[in-house]
Amino acid sequence: MTDYNFAYLDEQTKRMIRRAILKGLAIPGYQVPFASREMPMPYGWGTGGVQVSAAVLTPDDTFKVIDQGADDTTNAVSIRSFFERTAGVETTTATTEASVIQTRHRIPEEPLTEDQILVYQVPIPEPLRFLEPRESETRKMHSLEEYGLMHVKLYEDISRHGHIATSYAYPVKVEGRYVMDPSPIPKFDNPKLSDMAAIQLFGAGREQRIYALPPYTQVVSLDFEDHPFEASKADHLCGLCDATDSYLDEVIMDDQGGRMFVCSDTDYCEARRAAGHKGKDAA
Amino acid sequence: MTPLLSVQGITKHYGAHIGCADVSFDLYPGEVMGIVGESGSGKSTLLNCMAGHLVPDAGQVVFDTRADGPKDTVTMSEPERRMLGRTDWAFVHQHARDGLRMGVSAGGNVGERLMAVGERHYGDIRGKATDWLERVEIDAARVDDRPTTFSGGMQQRLQIARNLVTGPRLVFMDEPTGGLDVSVQARLLDLLRGLVRDMGLSAIIVTHDLAVVRLLADRLMVMKSGRVVEAGLTDQVLDDPQHAYSQLLVSSVLQV
Repeated sequence: MTDYNFAYLDEQTKRMIRRAILKGLAIPGYQVPFASREMPMPYGWGTGGVQVSAAVLTPDDTFKVIDQGADDTTNAVSIRSFFERTAGVETTTATTEASVIQTRHRIPEEPLTEDQILVYQVPIPEPLRFLEPRESETRKMHSLEEYGLMHVKLYEDISRHGHIATSYAYPVKVEGRYVMDPSPIPKFDNPKLSDMAAIQLFGAGREQRIYALPPYTQVVSLDFEDHPFEASKADHLCGLCDATDSYLDEVIMDDQGGRMFVCSDTDYCEARRAAGHKGKDAA
Repeated sequence: MTPLLSVQGITKHYGAHIGCADVSFDLYPGEVMGIVGESGSGKSTLLNCMAGHLVPDAGQVVFDTRADGPKDTVTMSEPERRMLGRTDWAFVHQHARDGLRMGVSAGGNVGERLMAVGERHYGDIRGKATDWLERVEIDAARVDDRPTTFSGGMQQRLQIARNLVTGPRLVFMDEPTGGLDVSVQARLLDLLRGLVRDMGLSAIIVTHDLAVVRLLADRLMVMKSGRVVEAGLTDQVLDDPQHAYSQLLVSSVLQV
């Protein structure tokens, strides 16, 4: 071990965060204020997610971090090594082996189980923020269930683009009550939020808010009767593993217009390639 | 006949200052009440107390609700009052910017109240929004333009459309023609008069412009220093003012 307390935060802080998490789980979708701590990384790098992870980690856990679905990008690597050093927990890149998964902008393709916790990093927890700048007013709107304004945003999308152009951070309604920002996950992932077996925790460090979805919570994406919600993805196959059902990143290969589409979930892609699947761009 | 709105003893103090004191009146369905007075006479305070934007220190504002009959809106629960605010009531601000969402298209502005009461069909919402734009004489082709690209008079008309789309029964107006030039004012007044007559609206209009009340209001209250000094039929008050202040007010209008 190191000179740090287990998982960096002191025990009182973790208790405080756990209380906020429990309250969030008791009121799915409700934003619980908490006293966010200064973390040794800048805001926007996942300080909220890190604090929630620190509060739920135990020494027996296996930890996985993904950033836009990938295990090997800067953000994922540095948060993983942060907890390797301060908590000494096992880390993994395999979705099935992890018990706590911290994520930025994606939900893993592999369905999660009841033994797992998914921790989201959230930049802006308030779905109404850009429509109504006053926090006092948005809180009142949440408490009185006045969500007409959320549909104004979708209306604007259709009137300007002919369809609902919001493609990430797509607003959802939780158990018919709170409208929630699912963090900037692509709307392709929205259906996975609903009825998920794992616990889902959302931490916003700069905004000092925690919210949560208990297992098997009903989560509905907002839409219009004549413009229903559609979980969209690029209409291609993964170039490396030939997957048809996973969310794809578009990668520019050269300045001649060459491009390839690959799974954004690296673990899913690697597992498929190990099982013998091969895409058209695989070497 | 039950009054649509019955105001009893509304009093609002700002510390030691009087905002408005002991104002009472009844407003019947289809009636338009004008409130005139100089700046600082408590007109806007009174209007805001009635519309639920301010909490009066004393008094009752009894509104004849569709569901439960007459009900005091000062003591009713906040969700109920806000529900009234987006269904049976409408509030037209003096500055259109206060009443519009400037970052949202004209259609979105008009549709907001529909969506707030649960409409979820895009085609219907847009149809109603376009219809209302035409009723307030805005070209339907501008349904996707933002109010920032509209002139002052158009913004004010858009604000009116946005407020009337849910078919309210009572409209509060705070200087609806303030800040507009006279020809635009005249058109707006014409439009308002038409809408009020067609829809059978009741309205309370606060203004310092006597021409506005002469055209629109059935009855008139004159306020000074937070108190009502004279009330009666509009023509009666304007043609034969009794109180010294009303006489001053009427005689201060420039004749051209």
